Amino acid sequence: MNAMLLLLADSRLPAGGHAHSGGTEQAVASGAVHDVASLAAFLRGRLATAGLVAAGLAAAAVTASGAGWAELDAEADARTASPAQREAARTQGRLLLRVARRIWPAPALDELAAAVPSPHHPVVLGAVAAATGCSPRDAALAAAYNAVTGPATAAVRLLGLDPVEVHRLLAGLAPALEDTAATAASACAAGESARLPAHAAPALDLLAEQHIRTEVRLFIS
Amino acid sequence: MGGNHADHHHAPDGHGRALRLGIGGPVGSGKTALVAALCRTLGPSMRLGVVTNDIYTTEDADFLRRAGVLDPERISAVQTGCCPHTAIRDDIAANIDAVEGLEERFGPLDLVIVESGGDNLTATFSRGLADKQIFVLDVSGGDKVPRKGGPGVTTADLLLINKTDLAPLVGADLTVMSRDAAAVRDGKPVLFTSLREDRGAHSVAEWVTGLVHDWAHHHRAPAPTTSTA
Repeated sequence: MNAMLLLLADSRLPAGGHAHSGGTEQAVASGAVHDVASLAAFLRGRLATAGLVAAGLAAAAVTASGAGWAELDAEADARTASPAQREAARTQGRLLLRVARRIWPAPALDELAAAVPSPHHPVVLGAVAAATGCSPRDAALAAAYNAVTGPATAAVRLLGLDPVEVHRLLAGLAPALEDTAATAASACAAGESARLPAHAAPALDLLAEQHIRTEVRLFIS
Repeated sequence: MGGNHADHHHAPDGHGRALRLGIGGPVGSGKTALVAALCRTLGPSMRLGVVTNDIYTTEDADFLRRAGVLDPERISAVQTGCCPHTAIRDDIAANIDAVEGLEERFGPLDLVIVESGGDNLTATFSRGLADKQIFVLDVSGGDKVPRKGGPGVTTADLLLINKTDLAPLVGADLTVMSRDAAAVRDGKPVLFTSLREDRGAHSVAEWVTGLVHDWAHHHRAPAPTTSTA
């Protein structure tokens, strides 16, 4: 844990994350998320699937280099069934990479940008975490945190939920975030990217595909 | 969206790229009408790109595309997640991405206009996104609005007060608006117009033309070489 990790995980990092809801906007539109309890279920599901997958990729990216960038990015693609989600992850990755190269210039980030112009967000997150001196477990924790905090904020904006209640919910998820990071870090310690967590979340895939086909949208994803 | 952009960085000082003009202001004040008017008047003589920040999906971008004032491919829409001011001020990453995407696909360009989603009087563009900015008010919001100030009214490079044709109908005193705006703007220009009557926004277009020529004069030189390219 270091100060750089706090900066990297902070929602105020100007890397475009504020406009992504990670499926929450569509879940609200469908009625699946309508109060703090349903949001809690949504976030737990998200963390156990997309969150764990992102955490594994971010942890693996901390030690990636050379041909490993394209390989890891392909692993991310293989774990992201929905084209809309792939697009959103690549857009967020490209934006994070661009701002990170100005904030934390590092040869590894230049190498990643050259290898994959619009990498998946967790891959960039891990690469940037490494550039700031964070461990694979730190990177995984940032990815897990990111997987629930953005959607939680979107729910506050869309449903007018009590922000303190929602933050209490996030605090309650903290042990699960730690567990997710630990699981992801040990999976990546095995050193084989094909063995990284690959939990599918068909409901999230469907939400993403419905969302992108919706005419009135406030969020990009 | 989302194409594989070439891996190069624009120099932060603006060398070698287009002037970026932000257009902000409250909902319904005439921002999109102004963008359409500028495209109409400047399009024949300048290479333009437009980024819209719609509150709801692609409404403004679609309006501009239908207006036929610019090649639809040159209009890019950015979603702002319920927070139009965040996307132009605190976290400009998606807008920068859209601007650079237009420059990569159609560049070199002379001018890229970034239209904010309709917001309130506290909205202002980050200097990291817009080199110059226009704040658009309209008379029907009441003639007290310039006095209320806010960063858009006080610091925008140009304050445009639109819908002057409605002034007698809503009881707005243009003299009061002009006096109050001058008092808080420290000599920066204020223009009055009715975009319904002047569909080319000629006074604004003239001001923008001056900016673009000035920008080109100072920034068209080759970018200094940097080690981070």
